[in-house]
Amino acid sequence: MNEPQSSVPSDVILKVEDLHKSYGDNHVLRGVSMQMRRGETKVVIGPSGTGKSTLLRCINQLSVPDSGRVWLGDKEITCHRENINCIRAEIGFVFQSFNLFTHLNALANVRIGPMKVKGMKKDAATRLAMEELERVGLADKVDAYPAELSGGQQQRVSIARALAMFPKLMLFDEPTSALDPELIGEVLEVMVSLAREGMTMLVVSHEMGFARSVADEIIFMESGGILEQGPPEEFFTAPKEKRTREFLSKITELYGE
Amino acid sequence: MATIWQSLELLIVKGLPTTILLTLGLLGAGILLGFPIAFAQVYGYRPLRWFCRGYEQLFRGIPALVLILILHSGLARSFNILLPAFTSALIALGLRSSAYQSQIFRGAIQSVSQGQMMAARALGMSKIQAIRYIILPQAFRLSIPPWTNEFSSVLKDTSLASAIGVLELTKQGTLIFTRIQFVMGVKYVLVILILVAFVYLVLTYAGNAALGFLENRLRIPGFEMKGKVER
Repeated sequence: MNEPQSSVPSDVILKVEDLHKSYGDNHVLRGVSMQMRRGETKVVIGPSGTGKSTLLRCINQLSVPDSGRVWLGDKEITCHRENINCIRAEIGFVFQSFNLFTHLNALANVRIGPMKVKGMKKDAATRLAMEELERVGLADKVDAYPAELSGGQQQRVSIARALAMFPKLMLFDEPTSALDPELIGEVLEVMVSLAREGMTMLVVSHEMGFARSVADEIIFMESGGILEQGPPEEFFTAPKEKRTREFLSKITELYGE
Repeated sequence: MATIWQSLELLIVKGLPTTILLTLGLLGAGILLGFPIAFAQVYGYRPLRWFCRGYEQLFRGIPALVLILILHSGLARSFNILLPAFTSALIALGLRSSAYQSQIFRGAIQSVSQGQMMAARALGMSKIQAIRYIILPQAFRLSIPPWTNEFSSVLKDTSLASAIGVLELTKQGTLIFTRIQFVMGVKYVLVILILVAFVYLVLTYAGNAALGFLENRLRIPGFEMKGKVER
């Protein structure tokens, strides 16, 4: 094991430093800095187009940031000497649109990462995949293809697919936004139990109930930066910024308490 | 009547094997070259993309017969490089078919949704692994229906090889009728040509049926690229 760098305390899983990203003239991220300790859950909220998803994508380098640095544990992701594939294997990513592999059934979707990325033997990977599918409550759907599953089930398979890689950190990019209202609950339930089990999770979501019950911190982003952050009880009852209050009242109107 | 049966037998024994061999060779060459070209066009770096685009434009833009003549008669007369007729036809038609097939595969690759590549990379797969394990199997299935079309045109285009003397179905047919018209009369020219056409028809039908079977075998529930939940 390498000694952790002195600048990063050992229980800090993720450190983001002054991240900038532009798409053409659109300056999406304007200097975002944050960090996460092991076992923390943070929920990112904010109006659309403020760079929440871009932040997640820049963390695992699906989008390459223009400047700024990102560390996962003691490894600097933004350093070109690091093998990006090895680092991504340690970061689970859950997409808004699930992105399950359409030609593989649920079991094979979960198994393919451990097998192809980590070189795990097929029967061991199969056992692991069964366990993960059980964990998200889909033990009876192992043979189903994505198109045969509901949105909520697909999203749970995609969570199992990420979990099978034993990630140090899970990123959720609006995991319930593409779901029918009655399917949201089953996905949130899985996420809540993950958070309780001590998974480190960074979640972009407007599910305030979820944020209230499991988040250690709420991050409010606007115009490509973090405007305000704090523990949920503080954040929801006494937001400091006027803009945060406006946003929260809109969200409450839309989603209820 | 007996002559017709004998002619048919001759076509099948002496012409058909070469036609089938040539077709299989062309389809094989088309896949072996077409797939890499397609992937290079979609995922390759710029110079490679340009090269592949040029290749594809060139060989889709020249008539198959002209290409055959260049490779056979052209090379032989000008450079004294005499390729066997079968080899010339295989190369010429293979280049052409690989150019067409590359476009079929390119379309298939591009219709695999972007999210598939993104999800594969997010798991930690390299670009090559993502192509190999995620994109290729999906693109392969998507390309069967349009590829079926290419199969029948490749099969029929093998008849162009008769122009440089490859002894396949068409050439065999013309050899038969030139001989038998003196014995049986000129009306047999048409009879023999219809026989030749009939053999091609049966071949095309059988090939399409086999590909349809393959398509069904590889069918996956709802493989229609369902990306989003309906809301």
